[in-house]
Amino acid sequence: MKRLLARSEVVIALILILAMIIIGLINPAFWNLENLFSLLRQNVVIGIMALGVLTVMISGGIDVSFPAFAVAAMYLTVRAMVGLGYEGVILPFIAATLIGLLLGLMNAFFIRTFKMIPLIVTLGTASIVRGLLNGVVGTSIVNIDRMPQSLIAFGRTVINLGGASLTVMLFIYLALAILVHLFLTRTMLGRSIYAYGGDPESASRVGFDTRKTIFVVYALAGALAGFAGLLHSSMSWLANPRDFIGLELDVIAAVVLGGASIFGGRGSVIGTLLGVFMLVMVKNSLIILGIETTWQLVAVGLIIIVATALTALRDRKKLGA
Amino acid sequence: MQKITSFAKTHETIIQLVIITLIVFLAMSWASPRFLRYYNFESLAFIAPELGIISIAMMIAMLTGGIDLSVVGIANLSGILAGVFFLKVMPATPDASLAYAAIRLTLAVLIAMSTGLLAGTLNGLLISRLKITPILATLGTGQLFTGFAVVLTGGPAIVGFPPGWGFIGNGKLLGVPLPLLIFIVVALLIAFMLSRTSFGVKLMLIGTNPKAAVFAGLRNARMILFSYMLSGVLASMAGILLSGRTNAAKSDYGTSYLLQAVLVAVLGGTNPAGGRGSVLGVTIAVTALMLLSSGFQILRFSNHLIDFIWGAFLIAVIALNAYRARGR
Repeated sequence: MKRLLARSEVVIALILILAMIIIGLINPAFWNLENLFSLLRQNVVIGIMALGVLTVMISGGIDVSFPAFAVAAMYLTVRAMVGLGYEGVILPFIAATLIGLLLGLMNAFFIRTFKMIPLIVTLGTASIVRGLLNGVVGTSIVNIDRMPQSLIAFGRTVINLGGASLTVMLFIYLALAILVHLFLTRTMLGRSIYAYGGDPESASRVGFDTRKTIFVVYALAGALAGFAGLLHSSMSWLANPRDFIGLELDVIAAVVLGGASIFGGRGSVIGTLLGVFMLVMVKNSLIILGIETTWQLVAVGLIIIVATALTALRDRKKLGA
Repeated sequence: MQKITSFAKTHETIIQLVIITLIVFLAMSWASPRFLRYYNFESLAFIAPELGIISIAMMIAMLTGGIDLSVVGIANLSGILAGVFFLKVMPATPDASLAYAAIRLTLAVLIAMSTGLLAGTLNGLLISRLKITPILATLGTGQLFTGFAVVLTGGPAIVGFPPGWGFIGNGKLLGVPLPLLIFIVVALLIAFMLSRTSFGVKLMLIGTNPKAAVFAGLRNARMILFSYMLSGVLASMAGILLSGRTNAAKSDYGTSYLLQAVLVAVLGGTNPAGGRGSVLGVTIAVTALMLLSSGFQILRFSNHLIDFIWGAFLIAVIALNAYRARGR
């Protein structure tokens, strides 16, 4: 029992269940299947991005550029589809993922070559990508009437469960989560990310190719962001080149809430899934709880502070023991 | 001759910065004749001090190897609280005497700066006592401060600041823009503090080698707390200038200042890993970047492209620093 409680994921799950019970007591409408499904739907895009941020944080870094990469991948792909009159699903998603991946490689290159703090590099690359996208490609929204029909149809795919409809995109998110989980825990490359986050010097002495580790980490974060960006567009039936501003805070909050440590070396996919669900639930339940939506930012800020304080406390205990 | 080379060595960053500034200046003067108009420089003297003071705040956080991502949130919240005070707590009266106006203005400045002090104290306690990494702590508090700003205003900007407040951001004293004067005073004070007081020297030591500082008997936690308090107060001063100049305060003003402040601090020779940084460097860096952005604005570049240039400049500076570090 004690060992079970020592696992962060178990603690997070318990807090989550407690929060759900409390919210449900205040407003039973919370337990409506439609409300729960709508919450799960909102997990998808943030969650896929969070998988990338989790990987970056395990490596001891931080990434604030992924919303810019996501919006670039989404907008470039959709504009290209509109321009070429192309209808399809698989090829566009591959393209968006590749755009994100290339941008992620750019991050890795700067971080590795210039030995610079990832936060500062990604602040810079975010500004570069967003500035170029809006300055050169444009700022006009691709609306539902011009959006490729294939993407809209794909984003609308649902299955009916108990009278409410659940988006199929949720299963794509979960499949990606399983893949990232297997990658992090079952492959040598994945383990090298934990090793690098724990202590870069030791990781390279043990024989890991740390250069490869860094490139894989940021490329993965970029690729997931690119994929999530186009998925967002296909689920919301429009492509807004100014989307995702400030989203990095929500995603980082979710990952931290899921028990990842910014010192690196710690964090799990299961924790992140729980963290994402918790964040989305808290933000959405403010309305159900009768709290004005203007308090959302305060709530997210408090979540980041409390969650980081708790993980910092936990990590210090571990180090002391 | 030897003296010159040794001067060049110790002040390499400053010399490099002056050269960059001159290049920017000459290039912009060449690109557009309108760049050299007096009006352009005067308007810069009103706008640049905000960024300059925020950048000094950022530099101070970086001295101990930290960062303060909440500076813009603190600046906006300070301006908004002053605005709330003017509108709700001590509203203008029709028969207001000069003394009433003066007390009102002083109290508002005090409220704004105490906001910065409290916000900075929160940052400092989270970082030095709870040992949260500065990036996440200030990311969270920045969100919190912006959140309070949204709650207080409900979204739209607060307007209706009294003329005295506007004078802080738009006035002139003996022909010199008041924000510029405020910046000069702040810069001199901080420069003196960093180089001539034990507080400043200790901050640099903590940034250079935190373990050694502990062994040398420095109370790191307390120094770090003080540095974030200082950074918070400076951010609130930038908030006063910003709301004074625009005669309004809003939760999402100056959001681009965050990237720019990091850029100015790094360009000004501050080492984000701690231990190195100077007010002079930050001052020259902010001058160079303001000349650059005003030049591009005169050349009718879109704001998006200017964002791109800021980002590219940041990466270029990092590359340059890395290249120089390798040569050593």
